[in-house]
Amino acid sequence: MAENVWIVGIHMTKFGKHPELDTLDLGAQAARGALADAGLRMRDVGVLAAGNLMNAAAGFGQQLQKQIGQTGIPVFNVANACATGATALRVAIMAVRAGETDTGLAVGVEKLSGAGLLAGGRRVAGGDTWAPQGRFGAVAALDGRIGTETMPGVFAQIGMEYDHKYGGADFELFARISEKNHAHSTLNPLASYQKRFTLEQIMGDVMIAYPNTRPMCSANCDGGAAAVVVSESKLRTLPLEQQRRAVKISASVLTSDPWQEACQVLPDVNTLTRHAAEQAYEQAGVGPDDLDLVELHDCFATAELVHYDNLKLCPPGGAVDLFNSGATWRDGSIPVNVSGGLESKGHPVSATGIANIWEVATHLRGEAGDRQIAGAQVGLAHVIGLGSACAVHILEKAAA
Amino acid sequence: MSASVPLVDYLVLGGDPHLTAHECTACGARFFDRRNACAACEGERFRQVDVPTDGELRAFTIVSFAAPGVPVPFVAGVVDCGGTSVRANVVNTPADPQHVRVGMKLRLTTVPVGRDADGVEAVGFGFEPAS
Ligand SMILES: [Zn+2]
Repeated sequence: MAENVWIVGIHMTKFGKHPELDTLDLGAQAARGALADAGLRMRDVGVLAAGNLMNAAAGFGQQLQKQIGQTGIPVFNVANACATGATALRVAIMAVRAGETDTGLAVGVEKLSGAGLLAGGRRVAGGDTWAPQGRFGAVAALDGRIGTETMPGVFAQIGMEYDHKYGGADFELFARISEKNHAHSTLNPLASYQKRFTLEQIMGDVMIAYPNTRPMCSANCDGGAAAVVVSESKLRTLPLEQQRRAVKISASVLTSDPWQEACQVLPDVNTLTRHAAEQAYEQAGVGPDDLDLVELHDCFATAELVHYDNLKLCPPGGAVDLFNSGATWRDGSIPVNVSGGLESKGHPVSATGIANIWEVATHLRGEAGDRQIAGAQVGLAHVIGLGSACAVHILEKAAA
Repeated sequence: MSASVPLVDYLVLGGDPHLTAHECTACGARFFDRRNACAACEGERFRQVDVPTDGELRAFTIVSFAAPGVPVPFVAGVVDCGGTSVRANVVNTPADPQHVRVGMKLRLTTVPVGRDADGVEAVGFGFEPAS
């Protein structure tokens, strides 16, 4: 049985607009923040895993080393859609668990302010005559002609599919989920937006892809996050104060989507999340009832609903009832996205999968200030990268 | 008489327009794009099968904000055609939630895409309310 792996340092930059900072500045801020939090230096680190999707081919990790310390350690540049940051963390954890090193650093950064709509196909002008191209033999661009390739549209359908299967979900319900997350964000000084919206404001805002209006979509922004992980034996060599603040990684799981009948026409974000959750609960030896808080991938309000079910926070088909009971508000029985979630905290893609771990870890350390979930002992962080990749981490507070 | 071509190679035009799929001969999984091996069972043999033209809307969205050049609003959805899921637009009905709902019955129809320099018309498909 491999040793436990612990988070000893973790940092999240302010999410939002950082016109004066480039990707490397934000990455350095996150990485150096995590190292300072751990009381360690780059020379203590044996592996660096780094993610930045907008420059995925540029060797971001090596560029980052030139800002924070070139020590000659192996660098893994990772790209896994919106799960990139969590994948970087997973790589660092695997290296420590495998005994290759006792200390790993994972960093995820993105600059997306003003990026607009992500991943909608563009209608490139074709040639003079129709010529079939690609794996569908298409003679023209398909986005808008055969369904939609936009993220808000894809995740809207995922929410509507849940309604078709179980009923009870409508525009207003999805808007109320968004109302919750925006309300939560008012307590998070690192969130991009800390503005409370009324239900009427959310429903009356610009429609992007029914039923997702603008405040129900994740906010493009700049941000970085980083974490330092160590083996249990390394942890015991660190100062007692570091040991006291350490957060145990009780489960670290990464899945992709197994084949399902409809997955070729609408991405299936459900099956791989269910699999990741099942494996994570098994690894950690805890169940959904043991969780004190959950940060899940609310890239759109419609996504949050289906993940209540996928993460087994409710019985199958019970997500609408769970939300209507008030359980997922910060004063409920299973607070979800007390950070404000991606809808208000923001979604700098590669940073997101470490930032949600930072949120959970900060509560477990009792350092979350005004938004602290009192007495938090166990938390879960979830991200989805469409295509798909799903990471689920379960974290536990250090025994006193 | 002018020629026409399908928007995608899995659309069969003519008197009885319909979709076809590559069906794995080992497990029956269906794919609209060409595959090297079956994603479900790793089988390597496929046969062409016709997909039913009647279906039920299983999920939809009304896209109001899209990439430059894509006319909005439009209804994008997933149609269950006798157990085969199809990605398509819902057409010939107003793009609003009063007229589009999950579970509605639909049937395949063709949609003109445009003509090229030789006057050849590209024809796509969509699903319209069945009643
Ligand atoms: Zn097969």
